[in-house]
Amino acid sequence: MSHSQTLPLKRQQGEQPPSDDGSSAIKPSRLKISLPSEDSDKKNANKRLKDVEICVPIVYGTIAFYLGRKASESQSHKWTVYVRGASNEDLSVVVKKVVFQLHPSFNNPTRVVESPPFEISECGWGEFEIAITLFFHSDACEKQLDLYHHLKLYPEDESGPQTTKKPVVVESYNEVVFPEPSEGFVARVQNHPAVVVPRLPVGLNLPSPVPFDPMNDKERGGTKDHPLSQWFLNFSEADELLKLAASRQQVQAHIVKLRRQLNLLEGLPQSKQPSGYECT
Amino acid sequence: MDAKDILGLPKNSFPSSADKKPRPPKESQRKPDGISREVYALTGRMPPLMPSIDASQLKKKHPPHEKITWQWLPFTNSARKDDLHLYHWVRVVNGVPPTGDYSFAKYNKSVDIIKYTDEEYEKHLTDPMWTKEETNELFDLCGRFDLRFVVIADRFPSSRTVEELKDRYYSVSQAILIARAASSGDVATHPLIKEPYNVSQEMERKRALSMVLSQTRQQERKDEEVLVEAKRIAELRMASKVTEQPQLVVASNADAEVTERAVPGETISPSNVQPPSMVVPSATDNASTLASLRMLRVYLRTYALDQMVQASNSSAGLRTIKRVEQTLQDLGVNLKPRVPTKAVCAEHLELRREILTWLNLQKQVQYKEAEGSSFRDGSYGETPGTPKDRTFIPDSMNFGVSSERVGKKDQKRKAHGGPPTSAHKRPRKQKASDL
Repeated sequence: MSHSQTLPLKRQQGEQPPSDDGSSAIKPSRLKISLPSEDSDKKNANKRLKDVEICVPIVYGTIAFYLGRKASESQSHKWTVYVRGASNEDLSVVVKKVVFQLHPSFNNPTRVVESPPFEISECGWGEFEIAITLFFHSDACEKQLDLYHHLKLYPEDESGPQTTKKPVVVESYNEVVFPEPSEGFVARVQNHPAVVVPRLPVGLNLPSPVPFDPMNDKERGGTKDHPLSQWFLNFSEADELLKLAASRQQVQAHIVKLRRQLNLLEGLPQSKQPSGYECT
Repeated sequence: MDAKDILGLPKNSFPSSADKKPRPPKESQRKPDGISREVYALTGRMPPLMPSIDASQLKKKHPPHEKITWQWLPFTNSARKDDLHLYHWVRVVNGVPPTGDYSFAKYNKSVDIIKYTDEEYEKHLTDPMWTKEETNELFDLCGRFDLRFVVIADRFPSSRTVEELKDRYYSVSQAILIARAASSGDVATHPLIKEPYNVSQEMERKRALSMVLSQTRQQERKDEEVLVEAKRIAELRMASKVTEQPQLVVASNADAEVTERAVPGETISPSNVQPPSMVVPSATDNASTLASLRMLRVYLRTYALDQMVQASNSSAGLRTIKRVEQTLQDLGVNLKPRVPTKAVCAEHLELRREILTWLNLQKQVQYKEAEGSSFRDGSYGETPGTPKDRTFIPDSMNFGVSSERVGKKDQKRKAHGGPPTSAHKRPRKQKASDL
């Protein structure tokens, strides 16, 4: 099986990690259990954690600009299709490469992007479905994940003439879930802002993670300073949660009312009260 | 022609008549063979794409040089044991009557009944329950009636059940076969030896069959419920075999669900109106969905939500699912969440489940009300679901239909402000014409 290349260096020989690293305290018991060989680390790295779910929030979509004066019959719009971290973090910690499958009328319709930012820019006139395939690092997952997105060039509101200033933006939020991640993977991405790692079970001894360097983010490929970032949409779960909670309350109230009614009906089959058809 | 008129030129009568002549002959020249002119015109004066079958080819044609006569001749039937001569019409070809046996004689088939000698009886076939005379009688009847045991049982002098007769016949035949066979291996493949008659099994089978046939509708429903639950528990076991972890948790959930289901099934009374079963969130579906999600190394949150929604929808019909979606829309909730985080998806799922519960409660309330009112208006046939007004006095039950309806309609109008909610979709039976 493949072994991750990104295992923290310290654990190669089963030695104790340097004592200045506070996160993983030296536990004598660990030394007793683990074999003094490389293999045991690799085995542990491949061990699956059943109670831990790693989640990577992503946003994918397209931004299309009308070219205005520069527009021609065959190239009326300039558009970009991309996959980014939901809070503009660098996805390359998890994503190895992204393959964008464009309409066959494009040259080389299969575009592979192996480093962030994971995007493709093109010029064209037509709207079509783009297939986006995510490939992950081998310690995360061997399988690929497919997404589909319809490229939109023309705005909903067809009233005025098209403007070159305001693009047509369509983005979708989703989360990539790794249900039983390997220890090695969890160790590697523990502290990374692009990844949501839940509270780990007590007593889980992971190799200490590579400390996250915020300075590196820009170099590596977060999209906080991306030229198109001003058009990125905001996805906040708060509104939706509020709406859902309110709706649930309403429904629960109805349920209580009906249960009461049902009890009444069961208790008194010859009740003379009018049946309560209340308007909601 | 008209142009010449306009121009004032003289009309030439010769060319016009010459024009007319060739045209009609052209049409009627092509006289089709085989079908009449009018039919040909119907097809648009085109021959059909497929060659039509010549009907004259279909009849069996006898060679014309043969001379056929029909004669009234005597015949005998080899299937008969007596020497009866009867007469019938016979097709004679060229003076030669047909040869061979009566054509229906070959259908006189019968079953081979084993015949035993007295000696064989003494040696192998004695039985405390059966006398020799009875056994002889049985075999005689079997021969006469070709092993139709129902008839044999009817004709048997002493009253014996069909199973007893069968048992005696088959065991006797078996014993004889074995006794006569050179070695036991010879007859091992004989159907009587290979599949012996099992009295107790037969009796049990027939009893079970008659029980199934005579089940009342209520029992049928109960049996169905039990079978469905058994199936779910079996599937649950399969799902928990896939992942060891949720085994205990799910098993205890399932038990709770099963008992919960059994109880409402009993209390919702066994009236003729089919009661809606309580939709308890199906633990098995959810557990197996969760298990299958875990088997994937990676998946999208929206995919997981879709699977869970499908699992919870599996227990509901299409109409109910549509109602759930309509309710979500009415509440202003997106059918697919815009920001599908873990928390949002969980809330969404719970909301859907609660809506399902709500809809089922609505149905139950309706049924209860219909039941209640039909219980009082005994003379009405079963009209499930038509909400009837409760202020109606039971005494006038036996009056004509129209009078009851008149009273109802008025009171209904007074008691309730607005039209019923969309939850009650059944059409009203009262019409304006009743007033």
